[in-house]
Amino acid sequence: MLSESSHMQDGHIGITHADREGGAGLSAHPPDRGGTRFTAEGLRKRFRPVEFLTEKFVTIVAMTSLAAIVMIFVFVFREAIPLLFGKDSGGVAAVTRVEEEQETYGEEFLGEGNAEVDRNRTRSASAETAGSEGEATVRNLLSETWQPVSGEPKYGLLPLVVGSLKVTVIAVLLAAPLAILAALFTSSFAPRWAKEVLKPAIELLAGFPSVVIGFFALVTLATLMQDLFGFEYRLNALVGGVAMALAVIPIVYTVAEDALAAVPKFMKEASLALGATHWQTALFVTLPAATPGVFAAVLLGFGRAFGETMIVLMATGNAALLGWSLARPVRTMSATVGAEMAEVVFGDTHYHVLFLIGAVLFVFTFILNAVAEVYIRERLLRRFRGEGT
Amino acid sequence: MVSRKLLGSSVVAVTGLAAFSIVAILVVILGSIVAGGKDTLSWSFLTSAPTEGMTAGGVFPAIIGTMVLVLLMSIAGVPAGVITALYLSEYASQKSVLARGIRFAVNTLAGVPSIVFGLFGLGFFVQFVGTGMDRVLGGGGALQWAQPNILWASLTMALLTLPVVIVSVEEAIRNVPSDLRAASLALGATKWQTIWKIVLPNSMNGILTGGILAVSRGAGEVAPILFTGAAYFLPHLPGALSDQFMHLGYHVFIMSTQSTNVDATRGIQYATTLVLLLLTFVLNLSAILLRSRLRARAMA
Repeated sequence: MLSESSHMQDGHIGITHADREGGAGLSAHPPDRGGTRFTAEGLRKRFRPVEFLTEKFVTIVAMTSLAAIVMIFVFVFREAIPLLFGKDSGGVAAVTRVEEEQETYGEEFLGEGNAEVDRNRTRSASAETAGSEGEATVRNLLSETWQPVSGEPKYGLLPLVVGSLKVTVIAVLLAAPLAILAALFTSSFAPRWAKEVLKPAIELLAGFPSVVIGFFALVTLATLMQDLFGFEYRLNALVGGVAMALAVIPIVYTVAEDALAAVPKFMKEASLALGATHWQTALFVTLPAATPGVFAAVLLGFGRAFGETMIVLMATGNAALLGWSLARPVRTMSATVGAEMAEVVFGDTHYHVLFLIGAVLFVFTFILNAVAEVYIRERLLRRFRGEGT
Repeated sequence: MVSRKLLGSSVVAVTGLAAFSIVAILVVILGSIVAGGKDTLSWSFLTSAPTEGMTAGGVFPAIIGTMVLVLLMSIAGVPAGVITALYLSEYASQKSVLARGIRFAVNTLAGVPSIVFGLFGLGFFVQFVGTGMDRVLGGGGALQWAQPNILWASLTMALLTLPVVIVSVEEAIRNVPSDLRAASLALGATKWQTIWKIVLPNSMNGILTGGILAVSRGAGEVAPILFTGAAYFLPHLPGALSDQFMHLGYHVFIMSTQSTNVDATRGIQYATTLVLLLLTFVLNLSAILLRSRLRARAMA
């Protein structure tokens, strides 16, 4: 460090001529009461065009993220809004029929890789017309059938919402206890060697591309679970939920572990000094103190699972069935967008409905993240400062 | 007393079991993918294109496509991320409304589902910017930019990975001792000189880590590129920004769900997944090594 800064000194950074002048001006003329003679020149911050421009440039570039959020909001909603105001956005369009079935989809298609090539699951390419009756009214959106490609398209979002909730709830119910217990173990009981195994392992799991988890679920987990439970359908809500849990565990673990590690030492020491054992302290002092953070961890996990696409696209069977059974295939909101967007006609009602689903996903995860943020920032910190809840 | 002790050790046992079951899950996933892919994975698998209607051959175009994607993504995303981190930690005052807004936006951006980024890429880059560019550049009505391509996919991915870079770089910048800044300013350096000569060189670890983490994330995400540029099969490598591209993750998805004979290509699917996993591991590992080397140099 030292050698580096001394290198700096004789290198590029030096007192500029202008600075010396300014300093000299200040000492030569002590300020009198009028002060008009030199405050303007001598005391005012020197205008440096380079500094000024870099600061402006940095500020403008920094606004990228802000602009991105605003534009995501604008452009996703812009495509979704025509639906809600009943503007005629439908029209006659040839739509490639999609057969939503189990994992094997249509024939493969090898050809030039331009946009006209239908890259996806074209089994029977029967062109159909989606007429003006295909317009998605609010009533249509609230119906119970999702059948976007048919003579009379039905855009009932209910099965998709229920599908998303089913997978997400299963995932969180499985992942949260496991991850929280593991976080408690790491923060309270784990010997050094165990920590050195656990932390990198969880980081590794967090770095798994979701398509890898989806592939594992599709190929290995689904077969395993079918053998275990004798499912009628190989891919179903439960397989999707278990696979999703694998993606949720690292998030819940990381956030919960942070919250547990942030519990002030004096709380634990007070408990131990009163004669409590280590495990009593962990269960009845550390864990309750970190509750807001742990709750936030669960919320973040929920949001991640709700928005995750590739895992559910590969592991849930993708049939838009409404019902409570966990052993049947489901189609989630995110998977619907992922599977159908590539083959809709731009400007079609179906296209707008998919954007509407995206907008709902955006708003929902936005709210979850905001609430989680409040829990971490406000409640947790206040509690650690000893101000109660 | 005995029961209390028993209770205590059972608490430790249960939490420990939970922790190590996560490790076990990791081992099982890794093991199953390595076991399934090791027979197909070979040098020629890495260096040849798919043949015989994608039932044989390798994944060379997908590897190249993924690399070009993350390269373009880094060129667009890393500078923006570093500059944002600079603004947040060096220029903005903590009370500034703009800085708080940007911080909020970064947090929000990190939580937006990747499929929504895909929708945005389609609605904004492909439909809006692309159509605009076609109109201005006017290629006689032929669609050139208003369709999915590698540029739009990279830009979409750059936005997705922006928070990763910002968080990592900002942390590194905050770890630069304020003494160094003060010393530099006291010697008469301007703010920008201080940032360029003192702050940035000293937070190089964070910038590299952020960049590599972003690349690792960008290589693995599939949802944002589903409809912004990834292609099932292309006979040639992407040669222009307006070309589509093949991608390892997309290849895994498409081969395992939509190929004619899913069972016959199992080996290829496993091997492609293995390549993707190895790529992300190597990236993460190189991030760690690079960081330790830089630290060693800083110590000397």
